[in-house]
Amino acid sequence: MRKAALLAVHELAKRDPRVVFVGSDITKQNLEKFAAEFPDRYFMEGIYEQHIIGMCAGLAMSGKIPYLNTIATCLTRRCYEQVLIDLCLHELPVRLLGSGGGTVYAPLGPTHLANEDIAIMRAIPNMTVVAPCDADEMKRVMMQSLDWHGPLYIRIAKGGDKVVSSDVRGFKIGEAIPMREGKDVLLVSTGITTQVALDAADLLSKDGLTATVLHVHTLKPFDTARVLRYAAQARAVLTIEEHTLVGGLGSAVAETLMDAGKGGVPFVRLGFPDVFTEELGSQAEIMGKYGLTSANLAAKAKQLLSK
Amino acid sequence: MEQRALIDSRGKDHRRLILQMLVGSGRGHVGAALSVMEIVRVLYDDILRVNPQNPQWPERDRFIFSKGHGCLALYVMLAEKGFFPKDELMRSCHFGSRLGGHPESRKTPGVEASTGALGHGLSIGVGCALAARIDKKDWRTFVLIGDGESNEGSVWEAALSAGKHRLANLTVLVDYNKFQSYGPSKDIQDLEPFADKWRSFGFAVREVDGHDVPTLRETLLATPFDAAKPSVLICHTVKGKGFKTTEHNADWHHKAKVKPEELQALLQELEVAL
Repeated sequence: MRKAALLAVHELAKRDPRVVFVGSDITKQNLEKFAAEFPDRYFMEGIYEQHIIGMCAGLAMSGKIPYLNTIATCLTRRCYEQVLIDLCLHELPVRLLGSGGGTVYAPLGPTHLANEDIAIMRAIPNMTVVAPCDADEMKRVMMQSLDWHGPLYIRIAKGGDKVVSSDVRGFKIGEAIPMREGKDVLLVSTGITTQVALDAADLLSKDGLTATVLHVHTLKPFDTARVLRYAAQARAVLTIEEHTLVGGLGSAVAETLMDAGKGGVPFVRLGFPDVFTEELGSQAEIMGKYGLTSANLAAKAKQLLSK
Repeated sequence: MEQRALIDSRGKDHRRLILQMLVGSGRGHVGAALSVMEIVRVLYDDILRVNPQNPQWPERDRFIFSKGHGCLALYVMLAEKGFFPKDELMRSCHFGSRLGGHPESRKTPGVEASTGALGHGLSIGVGCALAARIDKKDWRTFVLIGDGESNEGSVWEAALSAGKHRLANLTVLVDYNKFQSYGPSKDIQDLEPFADKWRSFGFAVREVDGHDVPTLRETLLATPFDAAKPSVLICHTVKGKGFKTTEHNADWHHKAKVKPEELQALLQELEVAL
């Protein structure tokens, strides 16, 4: 997914002289062509995230469209004030490419897990937050990012994830995508948990239950209209996210349902509880421990429907 | 460096306006505004290439007022140059005003960046200077920071980067008034050897009495001090400069609810030679 994002930045740079790339001491893999073709628009900077956010703000104030890539935790936590003031208050077109969203860096421990990035980014006015589900969708996000108004945070998942998105369904920042439609239950997902939700829908179909899987790639602005439309057609709603339950997708869906007076629908949120995950191992192992699996999502759906 | 420069009649006019704004808005960071007043004046009089009729003129020089709390001085000069009507000065901080307690670029014509949280402006300035270099433009970037602000690590992150990129089109002005909110900087976080720090980060450094208008002008006209380095001008200033009551007085770092008798005493001070 990161490869797709970085190669897309190079494509965009060929198309538009305003595009600049800024990295913070990251691997040069997939960046060589950009660096060779546009050396004056390529900046590999030091490990000072506060500074590079401000620097990108200055570049954007002067007409550039900076794409900034480094580790998601560093892009969201270390420089939160710079993101809030320098980028969002000024509404500048800076694109933050956060590598290792969620628990991608599971073996590296809690200092490297971006399990609250969506919550803290969506708390800031003018910010847009997108979590694509696979590398193909990342390309679509990147192509639309060029002309997107204001700052944009793009969560990059682990590489090599199964491709479940398709051009057929189209893509527009801010518009949730129904990946499949059913009449019994609504599964709302974002990022790579859309893959989990699709597998859960397969499991449910074996029991004669049909599920809608609504892929909410854009967490902000939140597509309340589609969430409400599909929730109205379902007997139960479940959300699943590779993120803390504080302030992420589940919270946004709950807020949407309650605000619309639709809080009566049976509802369950799956995500990380309000703890630091400390298990190490792999992303799959950590997600498994906290029930972010297709089997658990299907089981929870059946429980809700049987009540 | 001693600060011996006297405040001339225009400097007194500026200070009168700052006091009136303080009364009009009910509050303000007086100490910082009085210490940066001559720096801002010389920039707008003699150095910055700006167009008050077209504040967004693409070829303008960029001036990032990073120590945002000193903005009363900035507002005085922006109004004087015609970026907005002078009568707006007296309504700063009021509901609906375009002039806030910290400068905001989306509200106030001529303000380049919204500042107030310290340690942001120099990084923004580095980005502006890099953009000018990419586009091969000759507009320049100036950033005013404070000495208290220089406690922030992000200032030195930006300084590292400016040195690395050898940004000769970037000039940093430091308002070195040696006083912070709590008291003397040397008691809170001493910055010395200050000039050496900047030199070691790759800057060409000069020092000046920050209230000496002719010398400020002459020195700033000599930027860049080195054709292959960013410049820093350390301006030795006096916090609260211009009034015996406010000079070196932490009580006047930020002032609200100025009593009429205090204001009267200060205005009288302006009438005698300083």
